[in-house]
Amino acid sequence: MLDAALLESLPRFITPLLLASLAGALCHRAAVFNIALEGMLLIGAFAAVAGSWASGSWLGGVALAMLAGSLTGLAYALFAIHRGGDDIVVSIGLNFLAIGLSVFLLQLVFDTRGQFDDPGIEAIPRLPLPFLEPVPVLGALLNDQSLLFWFAIVLTGSLAYLLGHHRLGLRLRASGDNPEALRTAGVSPDRLRGGALVASGVLCGLAGAQLSISNVTLFTEGMSAGRGWIAVVIVLMCNGRPSWILPTACLFGTIEALGFRIQGLGLPQQFTDALPYVVALLVLALVTARRRRAAVAH
Amino acid sequence: MSGRLRRLGSLSLSLLVITLVVLAIPGARENAASFIDGAFGGRNRFNFYTTLNRSVLIVGMAMSVLVSFRAGLINIGGEGQLVLGGLCAAIVGAWLHAPPLLVMVAALVAAMLAGALWALVAGAFERFAGLPLVVGSLLLNYPAVLFASYLVSHPLRDVQSGSTQTPRLASEVRLPRFDGTLLDMGIFLVIGVIFVVILLERRSVFGYRHRLQGYSLPFARASGFPIRAVHFQTLAGSGAIAGLVGFIAVFGVNHRYIDGMLTLPLYSWTGVIAVLLAGMLSWLTPLTGFFFAALATGAVGIERAADIPREAAQIVQALIILFAAGFGARLHSRRSGDAS
Repeated sequence: MLDAALLESLPRFITPLLLASLAGALCHRAAVFNIALEGMLLIGAFAAVAGSWASGSWLGGVALAMLAGSLTGLAYALFAIHRGGDDIVVSIGLNFLAIGLSVFLLQLVFDTRGQFDDPGIEAIPRLPLPFLEPVPVLGALLNDQSLLFWFAIVLTGSLAYLLGHHRLGLRLRASGDNPEALRTAGVSPDRLRGGALVASGVLCGLAGAQLSISNVTLFTEGMSAGRGWIAVVIVLMCNGRPSWILPTACLFGTIEALGFRIQGLGLPQQFTDALPYVVALLVLALVTARRRRAAVAH
Repeated sequence: MSGRLRRLGSLSLSLLVITLVVLAIPGARENAASFIDGAFGGRNRFNFYTTLNRSVLIVGMAMSVLVSFRAGLINIGGEGQLVLGGLCAAIVGAWLHAPPLLVMVAALVAAMLAGALWALVAGAFERFAGLPLVVGSLLLNYPAVLFASYLVSHPLRDVQSGSTQTPRLASEVRLPRFDGTLLDMGIFLVIGVIFVVILLERRSVFGYRHRLQGYSLPFARASGFPIRAVHFQTLAGSGAIAGLVGFIAVFGVNHRYIDGMLTLPLYSWTGVIAVLLAGMLSWLTPLTGFFFAALATGAVGIERAADIPREAAQIVQALIILFAAGFGARLHSRRSGDAS
């Protein structure tokens, strides 16, 4: 099962999960319960296809995906922080908006239903690493992968540094853990939360771009397919720590890739589709149960 | 009082935005006419009955959501509970050979049990593993929906029909329709549910404890209320109502279980929105549910007449919920303890 084709496919499954989970982590650390990741992913995927198609360049697609994502994050901040709406309600609203808007625009702009593909959509280039080619496992795994995969890896390290050591990251964490202290120091927690939301929108836009103009070059309705929810689970499991998110996202990406593979062996699609959710549920239950026991023991 | 005023202000603001959006589309007046016709008109009032049928399902789901939300339990697993209820009803209806009335009752009971059990699973995850209900109930939707989808695409599929659906129910076990209309008697079940919910909430000890728990869990605990019992009873009730809605959809509207028939129209999520827009007021919830049903069927009318995608209705729903979010009840937030 662990052949070169599977290894080669892993980064495709891991990258969107990793980017979306890092987006969720930023919000989580600032005490914003962002469960609109799914909608942000979908918007990013649509914008990436539209941008790449309209500009004829993958850069245009990535730029539009980031812009659309940041606007979604801004809308979240407007309704949840400025107007004081509930996180869950705003998230449900944005997820609805993403589904409706993507299908609506698909028909209005591209005059099609269900799916849009066109030879004019340029894919994100892959990074060739010829020196890795002879290496047995790493060659298949790392050679010729999407630029966004490498960006996500670098970003994980940067965010770990930011949240652990940089003033901005420490303030962000304070806005979650002790907003009163932050206010006393003359820093507005709400502005940090707004910033976290916009940044999370940008990252989800990139995750969507990976789905629609790197893994494939097309947009289908609902192509986020629950990845945003898996990302929410990853964030909760890791308590928003980037250094834990990287292995966890790799785990879920691998499960997804394996599910895809098992499907080829004749297992009904519904079972492999359900697999990440069932694993997420059980692992999360174990983690929370252990955390609770630890809290009782102290 | 100022809360009410703010709520009215937000509502009118959202309606204003929506009106502007509609007016921005060319041929607005024709669109409005085809919207009204799509929601309430049609030959023999066909569309009006479609709206009513849809509102039966949405209001039913809204009552399910309301029951759990009022007790402070964020059960957003209505979709899974609804689907399992509908699936069980379809299985009993198609394969139990018994007098029609018995089949109906058995299917109703099976559907409600299935919904209640699935809600209790989410409750058990919260109670015994500390997994927040909002996450557990959400994640449980997927296995339920995919399991139902598997069953109707493989073992339980009506192969002759060529689609992924269970066999059609015999005509004598279906819920009867009102003469000359497409509206089935399922509406009485949902009206019954509304009355039971309102009565329980306002006139029973359980309802009192249930609501108080929603207002303040620490207070309920300090008062010595049986918090865990109320927690599980509330979830079972919420899930049972969702299962009942699944029964109505199968026995009244579609007469079989078709893959995606309960999930693609987003009944469960629309129910959540209806409850939040009504500010969790039980008497107002049926009206907001009807409003969203009319919005959805009206959008189909506009699509037919003016070639505007029906997803416009979903966008409008999303805008309403976003504008309404500012005055809606706060459900669950680490931020709510902030001093500001």
